[in-house]
Amino acid sequence: MKQVVCMKRRSTLNAFYFLLKRDLILNFRRRAEIANPLLFFVIVITLFPLGVGAKPQLLQSMAPGVIWVAALLAAMLSLDRIFRSDFEDGSLEQLLLSAHPVSVLVLAKVAAHWLVTGLPLLVVAPLLAVLLGLPVDAMGVLVVTLLLGTPVLSLVGAIGVALTVGLRRGGIILSLLVLPLYIPVLIFASNAVDMAAGGLPVTAQLSMLAAFLALALALAPWPAAAALRISLS
Amino acid sequence: MFMRFFHRMASPPYFYVISGRWLPWLAVICLALILAGLYGGLVEAPADYQQGDSFRIIYIHVPSAWMSLFIYVVMAVAGGIGLIWHIKLAEMVAVSSAPIGASFTFLALVTGSLWGKPMWGTWWVWDGRLTSELILLFLYLGVIALYGAIDDKRRAGRAAAILALVGVVNIPIIHYSVEWWNTLHQGPTVTKFDKPSIHISMLIPLLLMAGGFKLFYLIAVLMRLRSEILERERNSKWVTALVGSEDRRQKTEDRVQESDVDPRRVGP
Amino acid sequence: MTFSSADCEPDKPEYYLEACDLTCVRDDQVLFDGLNFRIGSKQVLLIEGKNGSGKTSLLRILCGLGLQDGGEVKWCGESIERLGAGYHQHLAYVGHHDGIKRDLTVLENLHMAQALDQPGRLTIDQALEKVNLWGYEDVQAHALSAGQRRRLALARLLVTDNCLWILDEPFTAMDKEGIADFERLIATHTAHGGLVVLTSHHSLNCDGADVQRIDLS
Repeated sequence: MKQVVCMKRRSTLNAFYFLLKRDLILNFRRRAEIANPLLFFVIVITLFPLGVGAKPQLLQSMAPGVIWVAALLAAMLSLDRIFRSDFEDGSLEQLLLSAHPVSVLVLAKVAAHWLVTGLPLLVVAPLLAVLLGLPVDAMGVLVVTLLLGTPVLSLVGAIGVALTVGLRRGGIILSLLVLPLYIPVLIFASNAVDMAAGGLPVTAQLSMLAAFLALALALAPWPAAAALRISLS
Repeated sequence: MFMRFFHRMASPPYFYVISGRWLPWLAVICLALILAGLYGGLVEAPADYQQGDSFRIIYIHVPSAWMSLFIYVVMAVAGGIGLIWHIKLAEMVAVSSAPIGASFTFLALVTGSLWGKPMWGTWWVWDGRLTSELILLFLYLGVIALYGAIDDKRRAGRAAAILALVGVVNIPIIHYSVEWWNTLHQGPTVTKFDKPSIHISMLIPLLLMAGGFKLFYLIAVLMRLRSEILERERNSKWVTALVGSEDRRQKTEDRVQESDVDPRRVGP
Repeated sequence: MTFSSADCEPDKPEYYLEACDLTCVRDDQVLFDGLNFRIGSKQVLLIEGKNGSGKTSLLRILCGLGLQDGGEVKWCGESIERLGAGYHQHLAYVGHHDGIKRDLTVLENLHMAQALDQPGRLTIDQALEKVNLWGYEDVQAHALSAGQRRRLALARLLVTDNCLWILDEPFTAMDKEGIADFERLIATHTAHGGLVVLTSHHSLNCDGADVQRIDLS
């Protein structure tokens, strides 16, 4: 009996790995699309100096918030990709009917999505921080907040996408559902960057972000799986 | 005994008939509580030594703010019950509560802003509680929008229930994040929402108003539920009988009470 | 043809699928009401009916994807809702949308299917031979014709270990030869103790299989 349970667990891990790999391959074969949310992120940030004026002090004080709001919007715009194409070609039905827990499969899809859309933000963000005149000391903290925060955005966002995937025009509703839930991440992440720019310690904020990540990892896959079942019924 | 009552109440036709009998009584009690509360608050209670008469808006503001949170929790609990035990009535309670909760949240925001004008000199201050209340309004609007966007009302109800559950887990996190953000950005301001030692003559009307608001919510949700039931069960025999001729109502009531009640079954 | 799995062998306890009093209402229309049937191992259930008579809805309910408005589906006497993944591990479904990823090759599609269920029955090579897709392993699915994609979806049934097949119009876009091939596969599957539920506009020619029919219209 124990062996059966063990086998089962291994095959679930196998399913996780295969699904992750599948999604990465699919994204790679459509690599032109990967750049889009990234471009959006860059463009939104360049709009701010044009809109509010290029006074260095103003920009510097706004930089943490602006970068994080842009990251939030970029993450939200790319969310639809987690389940949309699978919904349209019927793969999602196959996932729900597999012998493995749907929450694990959801986690695999979210992980792939984050690797493709969240991780690139980490690379680009320091460059944009330079554009906005953020002190170099805060750069590291900015990257760490993005590292801890963007997976939370993908996880929480997955619930919203799972709820709206069956809708023809789910995009705007998705933002209405998901953005209020993003507020805690925004508050703590932008504050951490702000504090770091002022040379203050940021361990409290970072540990809050880490706690959010742990909570989202543990809790978000369940409602997302349940929401997928409802959306497909 | 209790389980049996619960089980029977979960059957839409039975619920429809019983709630119809309760409604007038609830309305009378609700009206009495609110009138008593208003009299106590606007006439009996002394004016505040700092704020004068403008403090009296708390008799609307505070109960609305309480209701906004209370209804969200009710909505999430009802949604959870509906999802787990497939009780349609619970799902309907969840979705019927959302617009009422949103209205109370909106009322709390408007009265808070009206109160803020003489206090702060502006209509809006990014005060911790007001901001949380605003985010709560967004959460409500999300639930309402999601419910409205899905055509199949059963599916819509279950989706909205999941969203309400996710929201209820997030409300404390959002609330404390916003409070923390507020203390950082504004410094420790003395807000009027701090718990002052409230005089008993001010407290009693407040509690009366709170009770009245709760009953008002109960009445509103019952009425919404009744129309929701009629709409969802429009193909069933008992609704046809009910709508077909009002004078046969007594007969329907009898039949409903005799018939086997199963909350999970629709009656086409 | 050898069966590597122990699940569906004839000497194992019989599997059966029951519908008890199923009711389905869509947009004010009662599609079916009080539907009852039971099929066991080695049986085929052919669901017939006009367009819009609720065939697809019924299949989705049988899979546990759709919501019924009353009644219950049972697998071996237990409600499928309670069984959850314990039911899905016996079930393979091919729906309207075939669940084939266009940007993946034939081989990658089948590997994914095996990862989601237990691999069993045939190897991928054998399955591709059976559905006449031999030689297409490394072709991306968007380069296949509609009929070939359908065959690929059916090959998924062969490379995974499921004794209940639920198929929604499996013969759509397939040529005569493909239909005949697949009818043979259904016959072999039932002969080894499998169950098949399908909808089809074609008449089903399965020699030796015990075919039951339900007409929804």
